[in-house]
Amino acid sequence: MAVKTYLQAISDGLRQEMQRDKRVYVIGEDIGVYGGAFKVTQGFQEEFGAWRVIDAPLSETAIVGSCTGAAIMGLRPVAEMQFADFISCAWDQLVTVAAKQRYRAGTAVPIVVRLPSGGGFSGGPFHSQNPESSFAHIPGLKIVCPATPADAKGLLVSAIEDPNPVLYFEHKHLYRRIKDEVPDERYTVPLGKARVHREGDDVTVVTWGAMVYTADEAAKQLESDLSVEIVDLRSLSPWDKEAVLTSVEKTSRALVLHEDTRTGGFGAEIVATIMEESFESLDAPVKRVAAPDTPVPFSPPLEKKFIPQVEDVLAGLRDLAEY
Amino acid sequence: MATETAVDVVMPQMGVSVSEGTITKWLKSVGEEISADEPLLEISTDKVDTEVPSPATGTLQEILSQEGETVAVGTKIAVISPEGAPAAEAADVPEPATAQAAAESEDASGAEGETATAEPAQEAEPGPAETAEARPSPQPPPAGDGRGDKAFVSPVVGRIAAEHSVDVTQVEGTGRGGRVTKKDILAFIDSGGAKETPAPAQEPAPPEAPAKPAERAPEPATVQAATPAAPQAGETVEPMTPMRKGIAEHMRRSLDTAAHVTTTFEVDMARVVAAREKLKREFQEKHGVKLTYLPLIARATIDTIGDWPWMNAEVRGDSIVVKQYVNLGIAVALEGGKGLIVPVIKSTEGLNLLGLTRAIIAIADRARSKKLLPDDVQGGTFTITNPGGFGAIHGTPIISQPQVAILDVEALVKRPVVVTDDDGNDSIAIRPMMNLCLSYDHRLVDGAYAAQFMRDLRERLQTWDESAY
Repeated sequence: MAVKTYLQAISDGLRQEMQRDKRVYVIGEDIGVYGGAFKVTQGFQEEFGAWRVIDAPLSETAIVGSCTGAAIMGLRPVAEMQFADFISCAWDQLVTVAAKQRYRAGTAVPIVVRLPSGGGFSGGPFHSQNPESSFAHIPGLKIVCPATPADAKGLLVSAIEDPNPVLYFEHKHLYRRIKDEVPDERYTVPLGKARVHREGDDVTVVTWGAMVYTADEAAKQLESDLSVEIVDLRSLSPWDKEAVLTSVEKTSRALVLHEDTRTGGFGAEIVATIMEESFESLDAPVKRVAAPDTPVPFSPPLEKKFIPQVEDVLAGLRDLAEY
Repeated sequence: MATETAVDVVMPQMGVSVSEGTITKWLKSVGEEISADEPLLEISTDKVDTEVPSPATGTLQEILSQEGETVAVGTKIAVISPEGAPAAEAADVPEPATAQAAAESEDASGAEGETATAEPAQEAEPGPAETAEARPSPQPPPAGDGRGDKAFVSPVVGRIAAEHSVDVTQVEGTGRGGRVTKKDILAFIDSGGAKETPAPAQEPAPPEAPAKPAERAPEPATVQAATPAAPQAGETVEPMTPMRKGIAEHMRRSLDTAAHVTTTFEVDMARVVAAREKLKREFQEKHGVKLTYLPLIARATIDTIGDWPWMNAEVRGDSIVVKQYVNLGIAVALEGGKGLIVPVIKSTEGLNLLGLTRAIIAIADRARSKKLLPDDVQGGTFTITNPGGFGAIHGTPIISQPQVAILDVEALVKRPVVVTDDDGNDSIAIRPMMNLCLSYDHRLVDGAYAAQFMRDLRERLQTWDESAY
């Protein structure tokens, strides 16, 4: 087992699947000769050839549309959006065609769309978003948001195996910052299963992606006063209700944290579910910590204000603890 | 306290022994105009339900205590901004609500006016005039006021409390504003604070029971002690009104206090029926009052009490206290089974049949229209209850403490009766018969004494002498 970055884990996982299954191919903007904007597919074209590592025109509609057709014909395409923000261009192909195909015609659409997402590096309003909640609202799509290198690999393999369209949100801020041991052999992490990142008794934090680490830092700082349990959802659609409710029933207090904006964010769904199904376990109102309802600012200080920081989580946890 | 322009409405002092009241209904909402003396809200004390008239003409500016809240006498419950009132006028307006309420009860004022002189010294607590001074100065907020945060029970704490039969108010809270947290209640249970097995009789009162002022007589634990069981399927649950709680407590206490015995007498009412037939028209035409049998029976009862004074007495410790006046309680059922109230007509020994008839009508009207004052239901020395109107022919009424007897007037029915003429011949006749049932307290009144009282009462009714009334 080797220590790998989050990015390396994605890259190696993808390569491994392409090596073992000839139906798997990748397509995206500048992913071939250039190796991708973030170099996830560096060296892929040399290894697998231009027919399986396809440089696409600047058309997300074409990328997702062609993947959908190829998947229906029996291939296992893995598309890359250069930035998750650009997936809005492919909305119609993804939401209207791919997500409905199984329901309308009974045919599987086993595509994976990789979505480099998230902010924290002054990418501004077009290169920093976390649009997962928009797609969590669409029946027929699956969504994963790995936080660790090992999950990044295992969830990518599961996503490729799955017969449905899967949106694979990979957080850019984690690419080279997060390193951990990743098994060399092929393995899967099941879709729809959460992971307890940190065990605790007093408060549950439900989060995913890069915010797992923000929550973890806050939990460490409060360690002597407050025992915080962190549930890393890993998948948003389907999401692991049982894991969340089990934890909330233990702690009776919950904070839902996400980098996406607040209104209509996926946190609202989690809060509502806790309220509906575990109301009698609650000792305090369930709290949300999320970005404000604005575009992501360029300015570094403003972006820092925008993205939930450790201090924001600390304040939220203290407020909950004092209730 | 009135500001320069606003008039405060305070929880009125509804009687010398009443220290708090529950707001049952606001009859006006904020922003509505109201005239002085127009009913503003309904309150419920442990004695009566009543309307509170507005102390001023103007606009209801603010409601400070919501429906269902129980607040101490003198607590500011609303603010009225007088219509274009200059400051001086406004300052004069806020008389105590009770003053108006008392004024409304003028139809019974004759009886009450005599009370003051007729009442013996032992009743000489601060009199009705006292009510006026209870209001003006602002009261400190009631002790319960600061508990708002602590009183909130979170879902999980509520569930744990129910599962372990814990009274949350007994748990010390460490949450915000003293709220009881899940940890607090679990620690309380771990420390043995809760009874492991549900033992209702030992549990403290449910938290919603209003705190009773300390001055009240000690109460038997039985009424409020049990922790209410959760509602089952097919059941509906509603909280007891203060009146219902008061009745429950009083009835239980009476049975725990007095040695109840009931005796029943059959009375031939032929002469009373005839007398009423004759007087009915006269009362209606001359005085505008409707004469029922009740004033006739009450009048005969009051006279009979004069010969049997222990029927109009009280057991006080080891003493027998005989009252020289007859304050007659008349049980009045409120509509819709909402309760029972026993307004008292003071010093009835001084009222003739017409006066008694008027007093009964007036006080029953006030009872049904919720205009009674708590002092109207206190100080009774003997009670008459009248379920006969519904067709009852026998009952075993419960004595209203601290009295020693209650007379139950049953239905007037025609029955075949054996009558004997002057020559000793028996025959069967159809007679208007009525049963009178007397419950008495055998601690003081023995069976022979009670039977002789009833014998004399029966004789008075059967030989009704119009000229005597």
